[in-house]
Amino acid sequence: MAPVAPRSGDAVFANVERVNAELFTLTYGAIVRQLLTDLEEVDEVNKQLDQMGYNIGIRLIDEFLAKSGVSRCVDFKETAEVIAKVGFKMFLGVTASVTNWDADGTSCSLVLEDNPLVDFVELPDTCQGLYYCNILSGVVRGALEMVSMKTEVTWVRDMLRGDDAYELRVKLLKQVPEEYPYKDDE
Amino acid sequence: MGREVSESCVDSLVIEMVSAYCNRFYATKPELAARRIEAIGYLVGHQLSERYTIERPRFSDHLEAIKFICKDFWSELFKKQIDNLKTNHRGTFVLQDNRFRWLTHVSIDPSPANTDISEEPSLATAEGKAAQATSMHLYFPCGIIRGALSNLGIPCAVSAEISNLPACSFVVRIKA
Repeated sequence: MAPVAPRSGDAVFANVERVNAELFTLTYGAIVRQLLTDLEEVDEVNKQLDQMGYNIGIRLIDEFLAKSGVSRCVDFKETAEVIAKVGFKMFLGVTASVTNWDADGTSCSLVLEDNPLVDFVELPDTCQGLYYCNILSGVVRGALEMVSMKTEVTWVRDMLRGDDAYELRVKLLKQVPEEYPYKDDE
Repeated sequence: MGREVSESCVDSLVIEMVSAYCNRFYATKPELAARRIEAIGYLVGHQLSERYTIERPRFSDHLEAIKFICKDFWSELFKKQIDNLKTNHRGTFVLQDNRFRWLTHVSIDPSPANTDISEEPSLATAEGKAAQATSMHLYFPCGIIRGALSNLGIPCAVSAEISNLPACSFVVRIKA
């Protein structure tokens, strides 16, 4: 029988190679700044950050599956919990909470109260409309797509815009059944 | 120890940034992509050296500042020091990292292996492309070093040379 999914990512985070978060935070900030200069339109920057995140997510999922020790999630609810408790913790060192499920269990919110991406960040008035953390929504979407879940990920709350937390709305659009080229031997 | 994130966060971000600039934004203008990537590095280096030197006295000369980059600064970023430092004592310094972390993940594009051996010219361009892609990964750390030194009051030019992956040398030329 497959091992039970770990309920927290603490042990996984303790075992991965870690670095000083400043390099990460400042590099991300410098990228956003350069994109704003190069692309000019805030909407285009949002789009490109999401795209970068997506490209990262589709690769990061392999490392996640390899190192986290989680087994197959039974449903989307469990998937959301694993992302929040293990996924975020393993890479960013913070944990999200899962709330606001809709009635049919296909959309929920991931709420982050602490987010290393935004340390030292303040948005000037000229950047209204920028979803500074848009790379995160892309990562989640990309990673889930690799495990056969088509999702739509949008920001509901953003502390840089004056809200009290970061809230990502994750909506499951379609679950593509996996087809194996081999037989499932039990 | 302050906040930490997994090393793969930084690595993924840097790899994706380089790829976005080289393959999407300036796919046909590698020199522009290079300049932007270097500019991002410059900003990061500038801010990091500001933070890492807060509680230090001023460096007495260029060599002291370069040593700081080789030891403390490099350790903060890569958890190892620069392996070898050479200088001609006339403003040029060569910092060699025998195992530069951001090159340990670089691999040569495997697609040439699938091409027909008779198509040798395309193999050569593929190799050229791989070399170019690798060098693109070095504009970011070059920018970081230049930004860090410029924050310490040392204007300079920084270039990189790959000898034998993942070893790499950064050449710092201080502007008189």
